[in-house]
Amino acid sequence: MKLLKTLLVAGTVFAAGLAHAEKITIAAAADLKFAMDEIVAGFRKGNPSDEIEVIYGSSGKFQTQLQQGAPYDLFFSADIGYPRELAKAGLASSDVKPYAFGRIVLWSQSVDASKLTLESLSDAKFARVAIANPKHAPYGKRAEEALRASKLWGKIEPKLVYGENIAHTAQFVQTGNAQVGIIALALALNPALADKGGYYLIPDNLHEPLEQGFIITKRAEGNALAKRFAAYMGDKATRAVMTRYGFVLPGETVGK
Amino acid sequence: MFLTDADLQAIWLTVKLAGIVTLILFVVGTPVAWWLAHTRSKWKGPIGAVVALPLVLPPSVLGFYLLLAMGPHGPVGQFTAWLGVHPLPFTFWGLVLASVFYSFPFMVQPVQNAFEAIGDRPLEVAATLRASPLDTFFSVALPLALPGFLTAGILTFAHTVGEFGVVLMIGGNIPGVTRVASVQIYDHVEALEYMDAHRLAGVMLVFSFIVLLALYAWRPSPKKGA
Repeated sequence: MKLLKTLLVAGTVFAAGLAHAEKITIAAAADLKFAMDEIVAGFRKGNPSDEIEVIYGSSGKFQTQLQQGAPYDLFFSADIGYPRELAKAGLASSDVKPYAFGRIVLWSQSVDASKLTLESLSDAKFARVAIANPKHAPYGKRAEEALRASKLWGKIEPKLVYGENIAHTAQFVQTGNAQVGIIALALALNPALADKGGYYLIPDNLHEPLEQGFIITKRAEGNALAKRFAAYMGDKATRAVMTRYGFVLPGETVGK
Repeated sequence: MFLTDADLQAIWLTVKLAGIVTLILFVVGTPVAWWLAHTRSKWKGPIGAVVALPLVLPPSVLGFYLLLAMGPHGPVGQFTAWLGVHPLPFTFWGLVLASVFYSFPFMVQPVQNAFEAIGDRPLEVAATLRASPLDTFFSVALPLALPGFLTAGILTFAHTVGEFGVVLMIGGNIPGVTRVASVQIYDHVEALEYMDAHRLAGVMLVFSFIVLLALYAWRPSPKKGA
């Protein structure tokens, strides 16, 4: 009898524990890979009992998945246009919040890219140039715009290979299979890639701004953790991480 | 036109890739199948397992290894550099090589089963009639194993058409070179072009059904008795 009682008490305590532990799943654009990992780690320190899962991919893919009811509680898009569309369709439970402006850079594993310019891409030693797929990856769209604005598109297009998202594009360059690529500054600044030589910051007057935005999805309407995490994005520590990864924050001017 | 030019290009590329891979595997896979069917070597188990690996391995494993192996620092990459030819990733022939690995068991296993079903007796009879081993193979074994070859050819072709993960990882998604139908559909979906995705996906669905129908309905019935 005593055993049964103990079990009952233990079970109740366990169930209560389950009810209190909160959980969110975040869908984040691939350019956030390293920055978001740090931000989530920082958040966990202050909230060790909360469960946060982050999935990285191309913004276009997440858009499709969310329209089909994907179980994501927050959506960080590399193009603010996507969450705006979702909000219009009634799939958001928050305003669309701009969180950063992204920048694109030339990056290479084999040569010091800081000595390159976009014109160098027509050099014969760059047989393959990797960009993200302009059809659905925001960083790819901006890369195409920059090449077109520099009147280089016609010359470079035959050398282009297309990554599925911006991290996939960086991986093409990192493995040396493409000699050079146009990737997110945020990825070029992460320690794993940064020690492999410099990068060339592509002037942002050559492309439309990479304004990035996030929403809390409809599904997470009553999820307090989702709201706390959204608020944490405005925290000083979070902003410092974002700045360190080369993102320009809303309300700030381009520093570089 | 029902399909866009880009879609037609992707379909043609897919058919070309699957056709070439099937032809190559007929040549490369048959001796391996023959050896596996007749050997008593202790290596039969390990080699058979290696042949079957792509059935089990996730395409991402194959794609990852191939990308590194064919890249400038990998063994295949160094070999192509030594030959003075273009590195294989992001090329059509890179896809061909990857698909040969990826579809290998679909060629070898049905052919091996067909060879094993023939047994030793017809071959021994041919030998007593002084047929050379090569003659025996082409005049006796090959005709008897024909249904197995047909199955193997259709399965290899169909499986190569269905490839996606490996192509995405080593292809670089270049129109007319590495952008096959499965990748084109993926791009349509990600770009929210559902109508385009529907058209091409529908074509793939009908195609796959017809291939399998052909395989099940018209497969020559096995020869009865000897």
